Amino acid sequence: MRGWLAALLLLAASAAPAQDAAPVRIGSKKFTESVVLGEMARLLVEAAGHDAVHRRELGGTRVLWSALRAGEIDVYPEYTGTLLQEILVRERIRDRAALARALARRGLRMTAPLGFNNTYAIGVRAQTAERLGLRTISDLRGHPDLVLGFGNEFMNRADGWPGLRRHYGLPQTDVRGLDHDLAYRGLAAGALDAIDVYATDAEIAYYGLRVLEDDRDFFPAYHAVLLYRADLAARAPAAVAMLERLAGRLDEDTMARLNARVKLERERDTEVAAAFLERHLRVESEVVARDAWTRFWRHTREHLALVAVSLSAAIALAIPLGVLAAQYPRAGQLILGATGIVQTIPSLALFVFMIPLLGIGGPPAVAALFLYSLLPIVRNTYAGLTDIAAPIRESAAALGLPRAARLRLIELPLAGRAILAGIKTSAVINVGTATLAALIGAGGYGQPILTGIRLDDLGLILQGAVPAAVLALLVQGLFELAERLLVPRGLRIRATGAR
Amino acid sequence: MIELIDVAKRYGATPALAPTTLVPARARTTVLVGPSGCGKSTLLRLVAGLIAPDRGEIRFDGEPLGPHNLDRLRVRMGYVIQEGGLFPHMTVAANVTLMARHLGWERARLEARLRELAHLVRLPESMFGRYPIELSGGQRQRVSLMRALMLDPALLLLDEPLGALDPMIRYELQQELRAIFARLSKTVLLVTHDIAEAAWLGHTLVLMREGRIVQRGTLEELVRAPADPFVERFISAQRAPMERLRRVLA
Repeated sequence: MRGWLAALLLLAASAAPAQDAAPVRIGSKKFTESVVLGEMARLLVEAAGHDAVHRRELGGTRVLWSALRAGEIDVYPEYTGTLLQEILVRERIRDRAALARALARRGLRMTAPLGFNNTYAIGVRAQTAERLGLRTISDLRGHPDLVLGFGNEFMNRADGWPGLRRHYGLPQTDVRGLDHDLAYRGLAAGALDAIDVYATDAEIAYYGLRVLEDDRDFFPAYHAVLLYRADLAARAPAAVAMLERLAGRLDEDTMARLNARVKLERERDTEVAAAFLERHLRVESEVVARDAWTRFWRHTREHLALVAVSLSAAIALAIPLGVLAAQYPRAGQLILGATGIVQTIPSLALFVFMIPLLGIGGPPAVAALFLYSLLPIVRNTYAGLTDIAAPIRESAAALGLPRAARLRLIELPLAGRAILAGIKTSAVINVGTATLAALIGAGGYGQPILTGIRLDDLGLILQGAVPAAVLALLVQGLFELAERLLVPRGLRIRATGAR
Repeated sequence: MIELIDVAKRYGATPALAPTTLVPARARTTVLVGPSGCGKSTLLRLVAGLIAPDRGEIRFDGEPLGPHNLDRLRVRMGYVIQEGGLFPHMTVAANVTLMARHLGWERARLEARLRELAHLVRLPESMFGRYPIELSGGQRQRVSLMRALMLDPALLLLDEPLGALDPMIRYELQQELRAIFARLSKTVLLVTHDIAEAAWLGHTLVLMREGRIVQRGTLEELVRAPADPFVERFISAQRAPMERLRRVLA
């Protein structure tokens, strides 16, 4: 017994020094390849003896780049073409040495290329290609009626559609922006004729697509690299050395196959990444197989925390604001106007606005949900208070009750039903909107929904959507119960029509 | 007790009360009577401090009424309005004792006073736990009167206290109110548009028209020596239907 204990202590002591206090934070974009590379990075860092967390599916290039610059994350997978043509396009960088210098000026570094070139390409259905005789991108010029569908990033990037159209003189006018994962389904269903694809996309083989040849060399090379903060090399040199081991190990076919295993064969990204590392780099990792329930509870906890914190903060601020608005009409205009404007901001935009202020993860999500929850409570508090009949208000004043006591004993209880209704509305909106918080790394029920959309897996989407709907109903029921307990009988009798 | 000296009030461009001086007699019932819009309710609301005068001064025991002493002086006034103004989320007992509880009265004292008042206004004690919505109109006015009397105020203000009741209950409560006023001998200021009710309840009648006091005195004085043709018209307008009825029955 004593010997066991000593052995355990020894083990703990020997493991401890390698554990860095702060874990290495890895980010990934919201598509399968980026997530798989992120998992590889996490497993490699852990194999080097550091704690690592992987904030998966954080969003698009802008979100990841800002998060890395701000030190919210330490590492994320990126493509040289994106760096040259999009992020650093103003610097007109020609070669890799110049790119490394440009990154160094920003306190960043990159690993050597991982091997594959995931360039953009244009994909069409094989039948379409046969019928119209399409072989190269130039061939598209003869068919102005084709419907094109491009991922939202490709639609707007200088190295995307605007540049491609100019370079080739393409005449198509029916061009739609949509989510990259949905574009494949649109193409398969015949709603679209041509879409942008990544060279390593698993779906190219799956849907039997024809990739049109870039005969005029428009698309630059998109060599995958791991981008990391220079300070990581000082903090965790072993981790950086491990990441470098991935260089040159992944060619196009390998990466496309890994993508296919996750996306089409529904293997877990962690297991696919671990198997690859074990087989090709001899890096063994302890892949904790988390079962569905464990994941479900984690998402539930995350979701509840987001809702509980943001909603209680909103209640704590919104009720006083509503009281203020009812008390001072001019301030009221301002308060109702300002909270109303917040409500008009699209929820996704509001989440993204919070990133420069609060980084990624829980805090910005809570802040956005908090702002979103204000209006219904403020407005109902205001309406509940201003709807109180003048004789009641004057009777309270005529009794000689001071202003604060009138508010506490008469006006707030009378407005209670309206205030509770406002809180209920806010809570239901909050539960629903919180599913978007996964996009900025806050987890919750949005995580399986996001992964489900990425993998075109309806079951996974439902794993997030159904609990979110159930939670919304539960929250609503909870507040109805609270109403029964909090609203005095004298006010409830009228509601049922009894006398 | 209460003095209004040269008090005037206008709402926007509309004058509601022309400069008016009125000193109701102590321990007597003064009734403000007149057609709607004559300024009688405005005058009462000025005394209760629910609106502030544009000019002039209202004194309570010699102390000018102002925002600084309003809450303190209101404790010494009781106020009853047409629909009762009871708080719908509170029981009868809670409505009546609200201010006393706020002032920190002890439980025994609260309960004794509550029972005493219920006896005075003839409200069964079984009603204490009911909510206003569960009471009849007459019961509601009784509770409202109890609430106004809870702190034993020096001045009682009543704004059309019986205005929303049906004629039978109204008649019954008129009888009781007169007895209560006589028993309490407080300074009472009551507003009504009904000249018979005014004569029955008031020692002094103050007849108002278009924001001015036209005449003050007993009903007898108003009938015998009307200050104005309007006084005669106002009184006979309410008397005529009764006399027509009497002729029909005879």
